[in-house]
Formats: sequence, C-alpha cells, structure tokens
Amino acid sequence: MTTTPGERGAGPAATLLRVLIPVVLALVAGGLILLALGKDPLGYYGYVLQRSLLRWGGVQETLTRMAPLLLIAAGLIVAFRAGLWNLGGDGQFLLAAVASAALAPALAPWLPRGFNLIVCMLVGSLVGALWSLIPAVLKARYGVNEIITTLMMSFLGTSLANVMIKLVLRDPDTTVPQTRSLPVDDRLPRLFGTTIHGGLLLAVLAVILVHLMMTRTAFGLKLQVLGANRAAAIHAGLRVERLTIGAFALSAGLIGLGGAVEVLGVWGTVRADWNPALGLLVVPLVFLARFNGYAVMGFTLFFSALMVGGESAARRVGVPQHYVLVLVALLLLFLALVEYLDQTRRKLKAA
Amino acid sequence: MQSGETADSPRSGRVAVAALRGVTKRFPGIVALDAVSLEFHPGEIHVLLGENGAGKSTLVSLLAGMQQPDEGDILIDGAPATIDSPRRSMDLGIGAVFQRVLLVPSLTVIENLMLGGSWLKPLARAAALRRFEELSSLLGTRIDPHAPVSGLSLGEQQQVEITRALWRDEKLLLLDEPTSMLTPQGVADLGRMMQRLKEKGVALILITHKLLEAYDFGDRISVLRLGRFAGDIGPQRLQAMSEAERTDTVIGLMFGTDGAPAAGATAATATTAASATATPAAASDPSREEELAILLGKKLRRANTVDRSKPATLSVHALSTAPDFAETPLHAVNFDLWSGEVLGIAGVDGNGQKHLAEVLAGQRPSWQGRIELAGSDITRGRVPERRQRGVRYVTDDRLGEGTVGTFSVAANLVLKEIGSPPYWRRGISDWELIHESAREQIRRNDIRTPSELTPVGKLSGGNVQKVLLARELDAEANVAILNKPTYGLDLHNQRLALDRIVAAAGRGVALIVISTDLDELLEVSDRIGVMFQGRLAGIVDNDDGALDKIRRLMAGAQA
Repeated sequence: MTTTPGERGAGPAATLLRVLIPVVLALVAGGLILLALGKDPLGYYGYVLQRSLLRWGGVQETLTRMAPLLLIAAGLIVAFRAGLWNLGGDGQFLLAAVASAALAPALAPWLPRGFNLIVCMLVGSLVGALWSLIPAVLKARYGVNEIITTLMMSFLGTSLANVMIKLVLRDPDTTVPQTRSLPVDDRLPRLFGTTIHGGLLLAVLAVILVHLMMTRTAFGLKLQVLGANRAAAIHAGLRVERLTIGAFALSAGLIGLGGAVEVLGVWGTVRADWNPALGLLVVPLVFLARFNGYAVMGFTLFFSALMVGGESAARRVGVPQHYVLVLVALLLLFLALVEYLDQTRRKLKAA
Repeated sequence: MQSGETADSPRSGRVAVAALRGVTKRFPGIVALDAVSLEFHPGEIHVLLGENGAGKSTLVSLLAGMQQPDEGDILIDGAPATIDSPRRSMDLGIGAVFQRVLLVPSLTVIENLMLGGSWLKPLARAAALRRFEELSSLLGTRIDPHAPVSGLSLGEQQQVEITRALWRDEKLLLLDEPTSMLTPQGVADLGRMMQRLKEKGVALILITHKLLEAYDFGDRISVLRLGRFAGDIGPQRLQAMSEAERTDTVIGLMFGTDGAPAAGATAATATTAASATATPAAASDPSREEELAILLGKKLRRANTVDRSKPATLSVHALSTAPDFAETPLHAVNFDLWSGEVLGIAGVDGNGQKHLAEVLAGQRPSWQGRIELAGSDITRGRVPERRQRGVRYVTDDRLGEGTVGTFSVAANLVLKEIGSPPYWRRGISDWELIHESAREQIRRNDIRTPSELTPVGKLSGGNVQKVLLARELDAEANVAILNKPTYGLDLHNQRLALDRIVAAAGRGVALIVISTDLDELLEVSDRIGVMFQGRLAGIVDNDDGALDKIRRLMAGAQA
C-alpha cells in the first residue's frame, strides 16, 4: 500500500481530471493572451509541440532537460514535505555544478571514467548539502525563518560560484572565464545511442526513491509529522533538530546532484555568470504535483517540453522567451481554482 | 427574582428577542435539529439542557451565524432574519461566548475588543475605552483594558469574551458551557454577572451539562433530545418545584418519560434518522447512574486501595523548569506516586500544570531536580526512552500537539511508535499491519470513525480523545500523565474518559490527572495536589474535608 497518512482517497480518473482541466484552461487562457497580442496561438502551440515532442531530436532534448529538474524536484519534495522551505536551490545547484566542473577534469587523467563521475557527483551533493547547513542549523536551533536564510545563502552561493570561476578555477586557455572543459568521452555516458545522458536514469531513480522513502519508511513519516505539525513531532519525542538538519542536507544534496549531473552530462564546464535558475522554477511544479513523486515526473516532462519548444516557438511567433513562465503561472492559477471549486462542490453536496 | 414579569407561556404577547420557528438543520446522516421552536425573552436566563448530539451546539451556531437553517425561520424582535455570517449575528445584537477562548493572547484586552471594527476606519481607541468602561460597570468586572490577554486568568479571559459578545449591543447573550473551565469562585462571579445582565433586560441563553447550575442560574429550562424540543419548565413552575421534582422532570425530558433505559430505547419512538447515531452510544452504556450523578454534581468516590508500603513507582525531587514565554515554570516540586494510585492535580489554569506534565513526559527539559521511575533516574531520558519504560502523556492540546489532524486515525495511533517494531522493520513501514491494528483499536475503544484511514481532524472531540487514550493507556503503561482529560468533552465521553482512568489505576498504572474541574478530581483521585504559581502548594488526602483544603490552597494559602 502506498497510502501516505494525509492523502485522501479519490479515483485515478478524478485525479487525472483535476490536473487535465487546469492544463487545458491554462493553454486556452494563454492562447487568448497571444491573440490579444496579435499573435497566432495555434501556431505557437504547434511549434512548441513540434519542436519538443514531435521530432526525435526535440524529444531527446526535452528528456535531457528533465534530468536536473527531476533531481531538484526530488530535493524540494523532501524539504517541503518536512515543512521546510528550501528556496536556496539555485545556490546549492550552482556551487555543486562548479565544484564538480572543477574536479572532474582535474581527476580525469588519474581515475577511471565511472569512478571519476561517481566521485564528482558525490562531491557535488556534498557541496550542495554543506551550503544548506547554515540555514538548517539556524532553523533547528533558533527557529530562524529558513525562507529568508536559504534565499540569502542562494545569492551568496551564486556569487561565490562566479568568483571561484573568475579567480581560482579559471581555465587559462579561454578568453571567456570558465572552468576547464571535461572531454566529451569522460562525461556521463549516453543512453542507447541517443543524446540523452545517464543522469536522466539517475534522476528518475532518485524521484522514485524519494517517493518511496516518504510514503513507506519511518524516516519519511517522521519528516511528514514534522511538516504537518511541529508541536506533534516534539510531543511524539522526535528529534526535531536532527530531522530538520537531515532533511535540509538530503534536500540540498539532491539539488546539488542535479547541478553535478547537468555539468557532467551536458556542458562539461561552467561559464562565469551562468545561472539557469532552475531552483525556483521547479517550486511551482512540485506544488502542482502536491509533493507526489510520480506526478512530479509528468509535470516536469510538460515543463521541459514547454522550455525546449517555447524558446524557438517564441522566436518564430515573435513573443518574449519568458512567455513559457506566463503559461506556468496560468497553470498554477487554474489548478488552485479548480481545486477550490471542487472543494466547494463537495461541501455543497455534503450539506 | 423576576419570575413575576415573565409568564409561563411563551405566547404571552410580549415579543421575544429571538425565536426559532420550526427550525430544521440536517447534516449528512443526521437531523441535528428537527422542527424546533423556541423563544428567548428579555430579562430571562434560558437554560438549554440535553445530551451531546441533542442539537444544542447546532442551535448556538445557527444564532451565531455560523450555519443557516435548512427549514424554518429565525425571528429577531419578531421579524424573520437571515443570519448568514457571524458579523450579521453581531449586527443583530447577538453575542456568543464559546467553550474555547478565542482571543489573541499577545494583544491587550482593548485591542482584542477593537479587532472586529471596520478595516478602513482608524481605530477609535477613546470610544472603545468608553464602551469598555460602560460594559465593565454593567458586568461588575474590573479588568485593566491595557493588560495583555496572555496575563489574564481563564476566568478573566472569559469576562473579556463576554464583554466582546456584548460589544455591539446587549440584547442576546449565548453562553456555551461557560463554567466548564472555571474555578468555583469563577463560577460564582459568572453567576453574579449573569444576574446583572438579566436585570438590565438582556436575554441570556445558557448551555450547561450540570443540572445544579441550571437550577442555580436558570429562569426557564428547555430540554432538547435527539434534535427535538422535548419540553420546558417555565419560570413559575420552576420556582414552585423542589430540587427533586425538577430533577425528575428534567431527567424525564432528557432521556424519555420513563427515565430508563437511556435514550437508545426511546429513540425508536422519538426520531428515526437521529436515533441511528445515538443508539449505539446509549445502548452500550452501563454507567448511566454515574452519568446522572455527574449531571447532578454529586461526588462518586473511588475506594482507596493504594498499597504505599512498597517503594514508589514515580519519585519527583525538587523538580524545576526554566521559564518559557508566557508560561509559569515549576519551582522545586516534590511528590511520590505509587502503582495503582491516582494523584489529582488541581489549581487555576496556568500555574505550572503544563510544565509539570511536559517535564514528566520528557518533552521539556528539567532545569533542576530529579525524576525516578521505579528507583532508576530518568531525568535525562527523552520521550522515546520514557515511553519505552511505560511513561505516557495524554495532552490537553489534542489537535495542537496530540495528533496530526491531516493524518489518518491509524497513523495517529502509532504516532509515538514511528520506527519501532512491529510496525516498522528496519525502518520500512508495514502499513498493512498498522491499519489492521488500528481497526482492532477502533473496535475495542469504540472510536467512531468512518474508517481507519479517515483524517483524525475530522473526528469529534470525544473520538479524538478516544484515539489519544487508546494510544497512551495501553497495556505497557506504567505511569500516565493526563492533562485535562475531559476538557471539552460531552457527558458521555467525560464518563468514558474517567472510566478509563479508573480502569487503568485498577490495572496498577500510576496516574497523574491534571484538571481544573474539582468535582472530577474528587471523584477519581486518591490524593489531590494543588499547583500554585509553579509550586505544588500541598497534597491532601481525598477525604471529606478535602474540598475546603483544596480551595484554600488554590487561593495561595500553605497547607
């Protein structure tokens, strides 16, 4: 049984409907906005679909883009279920990316490829986890609001990553400041002759493991108690301080792994001022999925397709690239709206 | 008394302040109110009696604007009114005081009273203070309007609530079990306050579980049974009756005319829909005599059979706690507790009871002193270690910390066992086993829930308490601390909770029962200690003179 203590029972069809209706509504509303701007909505959606899911190259790109998103989502699920607002994902992600980008080329001549990659991913996770330590300890010991501290640490983290690239880890052979490039042969292996790297498998596995941990283990249940009612956690004698720090470390570690995977699988290097800012982008997706690991995979696929397709579609139709974010925002709004209407309907039915 | 000016018949020609005309309110599976007609007159204290589920709370929530009737009309000053929000209810001059204190502790008294004002207008502090003075003199209360609410006693907080209820207009005041958390002195103060309001022509509705209170305060007694109006006793008739006659009449109305055997049997003739929910409770209830005794405020006393020749099960030496925000810490508390003994802890709320319970349970660190369980020092042990050794704690904050409201009943039943066998093996949850054992617990403890997967927050207060009692008073319990175990429960569930305490003592569990209800402590305790300003002011044997000694200790005198 996969019952989590708080989940309410509803048929899978009803659940699917509660997600599909908002998606359709968001696409329609987004289309109306495009119309109002004098652009062709069907053309836009058509390009998105064509670019991201209907062409094999697009599919590969979409799936590759999913890997870091999924790892970040896994990390956020851990934190959010424990009631901890880890909004420092960007800093954790970027520092881990820089650490593994610097380490991998340095170790490559001495270590076998697989071993090197594992070491670099572990170091990436560790760096991410360490960057969450200060907010974690402040939260656990003194109850300092982690929303503020993680965001602040995130700003510091992205700046520190840049400084490191420009001053310490810079590849002297390039004009643009960046770390030494990891040779393509030393990067994460491609899957079955595609351009998709092995990080995707790792990410899917991480999401599934996190989901199972949350729903089927004592540790997961303890984190959920902490998240749902901190006073009850204290009352039940849970080690709230340790759980807080542990949840933060696991969350940031997974996000850090996302950074390492992105560098080791796709880029092989980190340029100065590179910041994909995925940490905050994934937050709404995790909420849309209601912290459910399996649902998060669906939303991540949807979002990744929008990102991959949206860039070129925006260029072709002539709207800003960030139009994708408008769609995500609309989706969030409609999801909340449908949820609200559904609850009202239930109440009326019950009365 | 003013019985002369109020005629016995509600249809005496005078316009009632508020009236219900054939009001029906249904909830899924229950008819909470079934064509009830009632009138509330100015200058009259109208007592509503009835078992839990009789519809009293529903009636209050209709008048307070929290729910709307499905059928029938509510008349205010003779005209039909739609009370579709609490604000509307206040606009109509209806004020309600509920069992729970609903004030913001960090704000001052006057700030709390100004909370209901318009968003746009600036706060009119001077006008508010004038109104406060006006109501203070009306009520005869003396509260500093600039004192923070957190510093007030429960009785004073209730006075603030009453002031707030009357803030807009002093027309109709609803009091939902106002005495349940007051000291005897507080009850007397409340009685005087009600008397003053009555003389000013306010209509009062008083809901209570205690018959003697109904006689003391009430001018008219109406009884609800299973959502229906069962009958009333008007002022003149009430005056003319002896206490025994009143009791016979009220009991007859509450449980059906023949009195026995409880509501279940008469339910068949009463209503059909509502009886479905009420029957199992009453039919499986062997303790109706005792229930009636509580109703009448009589004291049942447990036979005192504790063997104190053996070493104490729990010894507490000079135990102190560090001060915490707005909470009274403990100062050098000493006592011994033997197996099978019930130590009652009396005292006005906020005198260190919470710290005592928490430090014994292990969820609050001690500052000084020592706690010994069966001779070994457990002062440093945390909740899991103490629980392992049989220490149990039933908190009074059932939904705030005792349970996780969004979690299932099953998960809450094992909330303090997370990670331990047999429900967890190597950290992996065995939900099948957890659910199976939850079904067993639900059956054995008569927990009314649709299923073991229902979120515990959806259960009634009595059933949440049954979940807690099932979790804490299990077979492995050695020492149990119960903080206000009957707080906010209806009569039937109060009885069940007290029965479980007595049964646990019979099994040899050493129990500490913290309560502000002296009647209840006198009933279950072997000895009663009184907390005053963080100290255990004294422990008295529960004999005939106990009540006087306890009252003196509660007021701050030394034993």
